[in-house]
Amino acid sequence: MGALLAGVSTLTLARWQFAVTTVFHFLFVPLTIGLGLLVAIMQTAAQRTKDPAWERATRFFGTLFLVNFAIGVVTGIVQEFQFGMDWSRYSVFVGNIFGAPLAIEGLLAFFLESTFLGVWIFGRGRVSPRIHLASIWLASIGTILSAAFILAANAWMQHPVGYRIDARTHQAVMSSFWAVMTNSTFVLEFGHVLFAAFLTGSAFLLGVAAWHLHRGHDTEAFGRAARVGVVVVLVASVGTIFLGDSQGKQLETQQPMKMAAAEALYTTQHGASFSLLTIGDLAGNPIFQIRVPHILSVLATNTWNGKVDGIHQLQAAAERRYGAGSYVPVIWLLYWTFRIMVGLGFALLALGVLGLWLWRRRRLDTTGWYLRAATWLLLAPFVANTAGWIFTEVGRQPWVVYGLLKTSRAVSVLAPGYVAASLIGFTAIYSVLAVVEIGLMVRLGRVPPALEAPAAPDEHGLIY
Amino acid sequence: MAVVAAGPSGLQQLWFFLIAVLWLGYFFLEGFDFGVGILLPFVSRDDTDRRIVVNTIGPVWDGNEVWLIVAGGATFAAFPTWYATLFSGFYLALFVLLAALIFRGMAFELRHRRDDARWRARWDQALFWGSAVPAFLWGVAFADFVHGVPLGPHHVMEGTVLDLVKPYALVGGLATLSLFSLHGAAYLGLKTEGALRERAREAGKRLAPVALVAVGALLTWTYLSAHAWHHAGLVPPPLPIFGLGALAVVGWLIHERQEGWAFVATAVAVVALFATLLLNLYPDVLVSSLRAANDLTIAESASQRYTLEVMSWVALIFTPLVLAYQAWSYWVFRQRVRRPDDH
Ligand code: HDD
Ligand code: HEM
Ligand code: HEM
Repeated sequence: MGALLAGVSTLTLARWQFAVTTVFHFLFVPLTIGLGLLVAIMQTAAQRTKDPAWERATRFFGTLFLVNFAIGVVTGIVQEFQFGMDWSRYSVFVGNIFGAPLAIEGLLAFFLESTFLGVWIFGRGRVSPRIHLASIWLASIGTILSAAFILAANAWMQHPVGYRIDARTHQAVMSSFWAVMTNSTFVLEFGHVLFAAFLTGSAFLLGVAAWHLHRGHDTEAFGRAARVGVVVVLVASVGTIFLGDSQGKQLETQQPMKMAAAEALYTTQHGASFSLLTIGDLAGNPIFQIRVPHILSVLATNTWNGKVDGIHQLQAAAERRYGAGSYVPVIWLLYWTFRIMVGLGFALLALGVLGLWLWRRRRLDTTGWYLRAATWLLLAPFVANTAGWIFTEVGRQPWVVYGLLKTSRAVSVLAPGYVAASLIGFTAIYSVLAVVEIGLMVRLGRVPPALEAPAAPDEHGLIY
Repeated sequence: MAVVAAGPSGLQQLWFFLIAVLWLGYFFLEGFDFGVGILLPFVSRDDTDRRIVVNTIGPVWDGNEVWLIVAGGATFAAFPTWYATLFSGFYLALFVLLAALIFRGMAFELRHRRDDARWRARWDQALFWGSAVPAFLWGVAFADFVHGVPLGPHHVMEGTVLDLVKPYALVGGLATLSLFSLHGAAYLGLKTEGALRERAREAGKRLAPVALVAVGALLTWTYLSAHAWHHAGLVPPPLPIFGLGALAVVGWLIHERQEGWAFVATAVAVVALFATLLLNLYPDVLVSSLRAANDLTIAESASQRYTLEVMSWVALIFTPLVLAYQAWSYWVFRQRVRRPDDH
């Protein structure tokens, strides 16, 4: 290992570790948020209508939700401590501001979701049906609250507000909590991520239901689930796209370099075009490109001939402001992750629109190609979420707190061996978890629910 | 360094105590979770037994673990330098701890998902090690806090992971391992019936003297050496004595089948032990074993007044609510967990 690691810095290892653990955490998080809400909706329908098909759909997806939830919890604990472990200088610098939403998230959100999920899992037959229903709603609200606070913290890193720099300690200290919680970056990011999470949950619901409908399993329960899926996919994809578009415009004023890198736009242009894809290099010598005129300007500024700054100009401006150094993030990564995210967003929109159209023609449950496509597109939100975060976080580089603290100065003072050991360790553990977890989800997801509802466990029944 | 002279402000003291309370809550609650996980292989005879044991903590373990998460988050917000120094300094130990908590957390949700003896046996192992390792490591870590760690002048830990494994720290680990196991036995005595309850009693009777010796050794050593470590904190003398007294009667209470009181006594011992260790730190949050001047104090590591005020308001409004519904959930699940067949 020593030879392999020679020359690899603590910084590089810490960045890889953060990327691996956070992306992994966020594979499961949006499904928890999205599916939590959908299970709550289905259970509400089951209790209102007393329809056993709704009840079966609730139990079936409730199980998948729980298995997924567990992995979100255990990987979340790592996130909570990682800032101190790998990014101690960052933690000292931002703690006054960044720590507050993190602590509040625990107090307001994690207690809520963990306690009421316990009541939901074990409380059937022990608490009244209304309290049982309330408990899944409260757990769902907990997941949404947790997203709110953690994203407020993240948005502050993208666009610091409500702070001043203490002259003596050189820490960022909070001057207005209100400003931190109403950060314009946070408002859009929260909306975009929340819609993306609902999109993840609904595409999952639709995809799994479609798989069963295609095989003729329990068409009553899965037909209902698929319809909920179609509606929410449609609403959530429109919401995600709409807010993402607003974020693009906001980026043009807050982090113009991110936008320029996303298009590999080297020199400032008016009426800039948008390339759908590029073959060749992105260093200014494309071999083949498909370009849509004016679209980049529209995306970034909402005007046909708006001015979009280029990388060269932005680099020069940044050097004048912050001193020598490179302020250009990894361009190819931003270029492609942005296109993957946006492309999949439109693919999911199409899934919703087609689903609604087939439903109106009463062919939703029987159209084979659609059901197969829906099953495959279940994966799309997971890819889009990951692409979105890589775009957001890598695009902020070299800053960890935009304009205030560079990533290179944020890392802990640690020998690389320590970070290497934990990076290898977490990667190994997470790989095992992924195999076990995904294997189990696929296994459980394939067994259609039993037609007669299982007898509610008596008050001493064993759940675990 | 000029600030060091100034003691902590009232608000800073408040947050030091609040964070101590979060740790106490965490160890009181997750302490018995750990104990139940540790006793799982010893008190069960068949899979139904094992399921019963896991189900005694099934509805509450995650809520209990959130106490740790909030303690971490509150430390980050109220004392950023403490959070940063502590977690980067205990890097490898923390990694092992997190790995253990990961496998343990997965075990709860996954073990019953397949009717396959090997699958279940594997998750039972995860549950055992995932409980035993943290139960031991927390004691090591807290003993290290008290004894001091090689903290350099810029609040960066010098030295290696081996500096954290001293005889005193190992006694600390044994103390928490045995104490949490006993706490778990008392809890199982309250939550199970029949043969399982008897076996939990037996385990408790055997563990009680072990825990008394280990915790007694830790507290005595701490008391005798505190001044040598230039550090005595502000521990009220009755506190550790009270804790040891409670621990001394646990064996007898179990013998007398006073299960409720036995649980109260182990809870008191847990709280008194950790309160002693934490108060020993005051007015520091991390003690340097190299030079007293390198100690990290409450005042130095604290966030500024405004942040602490915001946090105080949030805590004031929401903590009662959280305590109320967590207590309510314990009330909902107050019955003993029975074998489904003998009902
Ligand atoms: C947009 C949403 C979102 C984002 C960006 C993150 N998380 Fe997360 N996290 C959740 C949304 C969430 C959740 C939906 O609330 C989870 C997933 C499964 C669960 O139980 O709660 C969760 C679980 C979870 C837990 C376990 C809670 C428990 O035991 O019940 C912790 C400690 C964290 N997270 C901490 C973090 C940190 C420090 C992050 C920053 C890097 C982070 N999460 C990113
Ligand atoms: C509140 C939430 C988050 C915070 C506070 C946060 C903070 C950070 C920090 C401190 C770094 C290290 C600096 C660096 O390596 O560039 C980082 C990098 C990174 N984060 Fe985030 N992050 C958050 C959410 C996420 C999420 C949810 C994801 C994705 C799933 C993500 C993806 C990444 C990636 C991929 C990197 C590596 C970037 C690189 O190495 O260039 N982040 N983030
Ligand atoms: C046409 C559609 C979309 C557009 C125009 C769009 C736009 C954007 C932009 C500009 C950002 C960066 C924001 C920043 O750095 O501050 C972003 C981030 C992100 N996107 Fe999208 N997006 C789209 C679709 C999607 C879809 C379909 C998903 C997932 C299902 C998704 C998930 C994310 C996530 C998780 C992030 C990171 C968090 C954030 O910064 O908001 N996006 N998106």
